[in-house]
Amino acid sequence: MTNLVEIDHLNIRFTGERTVHAVNDLSLTLGEGEVLGLLGESGSGKSVTLRALMRLLPRQRTQISGSVKVLGNDVLAMSDEELSDFRGQTVSMIFQEPALALDPVYTIGRQIAETVMRHEGKSQTDAMARALEMLEVVRIPSAKRRLGAYPHEMSGGMRQRAMIALALSCKPRILLADEPTTALDATVQIQILLLLRELQRAFGMSVIFVTHDIGVAIEICDRVAVMYAGQIVETGTLSQIVRSPLHPYPRGLLASTTHGARRGERLGTIPGTPPSLDKAPTSCSFAPRCASAEARCSEALPPAVDMGAGRMARCILAERAAIESA
Amino acid sequence: MSEATAPVDMLEPVEDRGGVAQPLLQVTGLTKHFPVRGDLFSARKTVRAVDNVSFSVLKGETVGIVGESGCGKSTTARLLMHLMKSDAGDVVYDGMQVGRALSLRELRRGMQMVFQDSYASLNPRLTIEESIAFGPKVHGMADQAARKLSHELLGKVGLRPEIFANRYPHEISGGQRQRVNIARALALSPRLVILDEAVSALDKSVEAQVLNLLADLKREFGLTYLFISHDLNVVRYISDRVLVMYLGEVVELGPVDKVWDEPAHPYTRALLAAMPSSDPDNRTKTPPISGDPPNPIDPPSGCRFHTRCPFAEPLCAGATPKLSAVDARGHEAACYMAIPGSGHSRAPGASA
Repeated sequence: MTNLVEIDHLNIRFTGERTVHAVNDLSLTLGEGEVLGLLGESGSGKSVTLRALMRLLPRQRTQISGSVKVLGNDVLAMSDEELSDFRGQTVSMIFQEPALALDPVYTIGRQIAETVMRHEGKSQTDAMARALEMLEVVRIPSAKRRLGAYPHEMSGGMRQRAMIALALSCKPRILLADEPTTALDATVQIQILLLLRELQRAFGMSVIFVTHDIGVAIEICDRVAVMYAGQIVETGTLSQIVRSPLHPYPRGLLASTTHGARRGERLGTIPGTPPSLDKAPTSCSFAPRCASAEARCSEALPPAVDMGAGRMARCILAERAAIESA
Repeated sequence: MSEATAPVDMLEPVEDRGGVAQPLLQVTGLTKHFPVRGDLFSARKTVRAVDNVSFSVLKGETVGIVGESGCGKSTTARLLMHLMKSDAGDVVYDGMQVGRALSLRELRRGMQMVFQDSYASLNPRLTIEESIAFGPKVHGMADQAARKLSHELLGKVGLRPEIFANRYPHEISGGQRQRVNIARALALSPRLVILDEAVSALDKSVEAQVLNLLADLKREFGLTYLFISHDLNVVRYISDRVLVMYLGEVVELGPVDKVWDEPAHPYTRALLAAMPSSDPDNRTKTPPISGDPPNPIDPPSGCRFHTRCPFAEPLCAGATPKLSAVDARGHEAACYMAIPGSGHSRAPGASA
């Protein structure tokens, strides 16, 4: 399997009134036709990582180091011209709030057609035909009439479908999805997840799907990277992460879920709150909340233990597990 | 969690007048319609946000309200608190009709609310201590006593008063702020607390902490909860009984396990089936229903779900089905398929 995306030792720091170390020494890969979930709580750096892949972070206040390669090209070194070819054609993104991501003063049809004309040099008529085709692909009812609709004339679920149509209109190799179903109602969320799953297969795309919801990750991901305080603490296949997590953070997250918990029973919790990110971590960021922490956890960064077959955990517990299984 | 040594004065709770058998809250025919301007030449339209909603909450019970956005669950909460005026309907608190036997001021001591947005619901210019002490002072408690009470309550919600009392809302995290909101709600010694999506904005690991805290406080203070949420897992975990709302109406209500295991309304069934799977080898294959919930402006006639219901028959678009008993244990549904002899081909007792 070739890797479409290779991120190596990525660090992202926001400067300004206060410094935030949003992403710290993050490495990940995305294989062909794979759906990778980035799972984490707010502030864990999952959306920032996604934005770095498309260079959407404010230039003035962001310091990025490390390497981000997409299809072998160095994204961090791209010129503005190269970036605008790259965005939408190679990599495309969908967001949590389609109402904010779509342009309110143009019709849906025109927004899709504009993208097609820009990237594929098609005529307006051909581009409009593609727009209609895309609205049908995402199953917007009476697609022809909807071509002339403005975003505010559509319901939340329809808008999200329209944004997916826009993102996929130039058949990108990679789709980045930033919590695209979080703002939707339950009965609509499942429709959009199933649609994305189907389109991913039909288009042969690779997807990075950011979410805070394990249930959503279970519905769509092949592989999951769990983030905490700007770092990936564990990577593995979906069932490895859900059934036998190694790192205490995903273990705690799974224990604290209300799914299947019985009334009157106490929920498992992770005590405390995530750390502030004013300083780059020099020891395990999770140690203050961890029941298995030892002295060395607060002295040095935990090792990123390679468990083989793409599984990694950043924890001394994983180190022990690796030795035992060896 | 700090244990108090010296006794702290709390406000005397609103007296229990009706006894154990008297429901703490009885709501009948609660209705709220918002007029909205139509286009230039079209008639005025109405959002039927809450339409003829009736239910009761027993003492010591936790009642959940679930439904999608626009179903009227938050409007219901606001109407109960009298934060907005209802168009019709009665709210009876412990046998006393609100507005007659019970003044608004007394009602708000007996019933408090925690909102979803932990930041917007605190005054940014007041310290945590002042925010919690504000209510008791309005109700006549001396400043010193109110501050002492505020420290005591901070301890009860798991925040050390010496660290948090003098901080401002923007200086603490979302989970901590929601604990402060809970402490503030408890400062008036209410017997009923309405939690309107109170844990929805929190991260999962923090949500579990707050849910455990709510369970502890319920036991310690003998509280009754009305718990509003769109998260079905959380509602099942915390509630004894549940109300399912759709476009301003209650479509099903009953003991939570009964409703979950044998949902009688097709909307409840769809809502439950729409929950993401928890098993990687057994993902959802087909969406339970298609389309979005209709606009609550001029909702569909008859049963409001008939436009999305796979079992809809002509009679469903006619008269609105009434909430009817499914069994003798308080499980009710507003669906012709659950009403014997209703004329629907799937109704019990109808000739197939």
